Amino acid sequence: MISLTHYLSLSAVLFGISVAGIFINRKNVILLLMCVELLLLAVNFNFIALSRFMGDTTGQVFVFFVLTVAAAESAIGLAILVVLFRTRRSINVQELDVLRG
Amino acid sequence: MSNIYLAIVLCPLIAALIAGLCGRLIGRAGGHTVTILAVGASFAMSLLVLRDTLATGTVFNEPVYTWLVTDGVRMEVGFLVDRLTALMMVVVTFVSLMVHVYTIGYMHEDPGYQRFFSYISLFTFAMLMLVMSNNFMQLFFGWEAVGLVSYLLIGFWYTRPTAIFANLKAFLVNRIGDFGFLLGIATVLAYTGSLDFATVFGRAPELGAQTIEVFAGSPWSVATVACLLLFVGAMGKSAQMPLHVWLPDSMEGPTPISALIHAATMVTAGVFMVARMSPLFEQSEVALTTVMVIGATTALFTGFMGVVVNDIKRVVAYSTLSQLGYMTTALGASAYAAGIFHLMTHAFFKALLFLAAGSVIVALHHEQDIRRMGGLRRYLPVTYWTSLVGSLALIGFPGFAGFFSKDALIEAVEAATIPGSGYAAGCLLIGVFVTALYSFRMFFLVFHGNERMDEHTRQHAHESPWVITVPLILLAIPSFAIGWFTLGPVVFGDYFGPAIAVAPPHDVLAQLGREFHGPGGFLLHGMLSLPVALSLAGVAVAWFAYLYRPGLPERIRRVLDLPYRILVNKYYFDDFNEKVLARGARGIGRVLWKGGDVAVIDGAFVNGSARLVGWCSGVMRQLQTGYLYHYAFAMVVGLSVLLAWVLSRG
Amino acid sequence: MITMIIFGFLATVLVGAGIGVITARNPVYSAIFLVLAFVTSAVLWLLLEAEFLAIVLVLVYVGAVMVLFLFVVMMLDVNIAAAREGFTRYAPIGAIVAGIVVFELLAVIWAKQSGLPVTAPLVTNPAGHSNTREIGLALYGDYVFEFELAAFILLLAIVVAIMLTLRSRPGLRTQDVAAQVKVRREDRVRLVKVPAETEP
Repeated sequence: MISLTHYLSLSAVLFGISVAGIFINRKNVILLLMCVELLLLAVNFNFIALSRFMGDTTGQVFVFFVLTVAAAESAIGLAILVVLFRTRRSINVQELDVLRG
Repeated sequence: MSNIYLAIVLCPLIAALIAGLCGRLIGRAGGHTVTILAVGASFAMSLLVLRDTLATGTVFNEPVYTWLVTDGVRMEVGFLVDRLTALMMVVVTFVSLMVHVYTIGYMHEDPGYQRFFSYISLFTFAMLMLVMSNNFMQLFFGWEAVGLVSYLLIGFWYTRPTAIFANLKAFLVNRIGDFGFLLGIATVLAYTGSLDFATVFGRAPELGAQTIEVFAGSPWSVATVACLLLFVGAMGKSAQMPLHVWLPDSMEGPTPISALIHAATMVTAGVFMVARMSPLFEQSEVALTTVMVIGATTALFTGFMGVVVNDIKRVVAYSTLSQLGYMTTALGASAYAAGIFHLMTHAFFKALLFLAAGSVIVALHHEQDIRRMGGLRRYLPVTYWTSLVGSLALIGFPGFAGFFSKDALIEAVEAATIPGSGYAAGCLLIGVFVTALYSFRMFFLVFHGNERMDEHTRQHAHESPWVITVPLILLAIPSFAIGWFTLGPVVFGDYFGPAIAVAPPHDVLAQLGREFHGPGGFLLHGMLSLPVALSLAGVAVAWFAYLYRPGLPERIRRVLDLPYRILVNKYYFDDFNEKVLARGARGIGRVLWKGGDVAVIDGAFVNGSARLVGWCSGVMRQLQTGYLYHYAFAMVVGLSVLLAWVLSRG
Repeated sequence: MITMIIFGFLATVLVGAGIGVITARNPVYSAIFLVLAFVTSAVLWLLLEAEFLAIVLVLVYVGAVMVLFLFVVMMLDVNIAAAREGFTRYAPIGAIVAGIVVFELLAVIWAKQSGLPVTAPLVTNPAGHSNTREIGLALYGDYVFEFELAAFILLLAIVVAIMLTLRSRPGLRTQDVAAQVKVRREDRVRLVKVPAETEP
């Protein structure tokens, strides 16, 4: 039987993959944003699985909002990225170190 | 009546403020007019007060203003006016008035004219507050205030480095005395719980009975400790050895203040204070002996120094030191009335001598070396005769005021029986000879003999204007006359009444009083006594050595070279103070500065803490790499640690 | 049984797509792998009978957000060769830390089940039950305010994205309608009286 634990484990693995992606990646800012999307996907998984197994619709409503915010955030993030590219001609994460101490 | 007391004190203060702050508005004439009017008014009112206390003998002891009350101790401004106070008030205001008038002539061309008048009026205020006070706090205020004004006036010509050295020296030496004085006041406060004179004197016998352990295992009477500490203050202010070093240097100030402060009034504050504290001092024979011995030592040894100096003002300064020693010795012998009597007569003739010296200095265009004077008798007649009166009074020539006071004093010390009185009497007697020697040495070298000044000065030498000579004459009159009239009631009578308390076993004046038959008898008796013989011998030796055979002193000096050098170097007190104490203090300061302040406080604490913060932030700064993936990594590591902790908690 | 096989297959594909996202050489490949991950998730959600959200996922995420991503990836001229170096240096430590996180999460899920019906199978909905309706009731009923807020957030995103990236090109001639409307007759036309010229 596919139980809740399977779904939760799956989302945990997906979470771990995206987290690894964030700090392995040193070359591409777009990759960073994509890993964030994966992260949110893992979280959404959790919400839906728990919502269905516990019989509460609130979880799915929340996924709805997460989707909204994720979309908004990726739009703004990409806009920033575009402006960054215009000024620096590079999207190499290793070159974004102006705020170092 | 209390309004008069307030007016006496406040008139000089207000005049000082007006002259000091509004000098430009009222001009030079306005400055001296305001202050002279004020001091003149104070003098007139002081005479009224004297007449009042003589007539009725009432004592006024009231607080005027309560400053604060803490833990039962009242700190107030109050006046205690009895006959002792009245006598001091008259002396202070009279001499101050004479000096004010004199200053018009003496400081005529000085740019700091109004400032000078403001200062001497301020001094008069402070001295009056001191003598009229009825509690220790106000006494201390007056004490400090006169010290401050003395500092301001010694360094009046503040562009002169010697003047600045002198005023700082005076202030610092006085500070040492004040430190002892404060400790004495604290002792009194601790054991009686009050600063008020009446309360303290009422409880004086208790102080005599209680003991403190100053050093472990040796109990001292509280009265002894308190009186010794109070006397330290008197030593500073009245220039007893070893705190006498500031008085000769204080001659850097203008002559009027040498007359006012360092002869007649401020230096006598110590003597006045001991007399006022007589109920306390009578409780402790140790303190009385100490006072007497120190006074006698000062009287003799400073007199010796007066024989070798060549600055006209310094001769008179050493004379002052010596006479202060005389007064202090009398106090130690419990002859308080005699000490105060000598204070009064001394104020008159010493101020006279200083002002006369000033007249000579002005006439010779600020020449002060007596080796370059001589034969001024012809040029300065008024100064000459008044100086003669003053000098005769100083040496105790029969009939003059100084004779009565000095002889009474010496007889009282001779009659005393407390330990040390024999030594003291001996010192005083030798001192009589020395006094006559140096004062007439100065007199002969200045007014008689060959004229050793240069031609230009001699042509300009003329008698000083009336503003200078009238005060001289007015001071000469009491120097001559006052002794005759006041000896009886003041010294041997009951003039002071309850103001001065003497324990019966110490009461030498009562003993002498039994044989006293009026001033005439005293005079006759005195003319046949040892002191007068010694003083006449001194005059004779001075005449012989400086007029008859002028080469003699030089030959003596070559023979007695070592004693001469010791005297000229003032027993090496100044060298000791400068090389050991002052340099030592500066050395300690430097060590504390370099070692303590710079190295420890600045280096370790202030800069060190800043450096520590800088170092820490330098390390912490490495965490801010600016790379997003480093930050994400840190976040995830933190997350995993948190999760591990949650898991481990079960 | 079938469900288990399907689930296993889909789960494998999903995890593989995730790994593909982070290990792909070409950023375009990463984006495509991400699309695959989303679609697989949508199917998995269908398995969970959350069909509305599955479709929404495809429509919104794949249809809009991933398209946007691809636009940007292809717009930016990325130096691919330089983008690859350094990967193997940091991969081990990153994998270890991520592995620790995953392990801990799994430990929480498997070890601390704390009363959740975790081993029970899914309670399937009856026939005719509309997931959409269910969500609609909850959304417009209990969570209307949050719904409006979400709309506002989207508006905000539009405005911000435009404001950040809008730039005016120099030398371009555009119409400034406001200026056109502000023109007055006096600025454009001037009537001049010219005397008529007659033949001599």
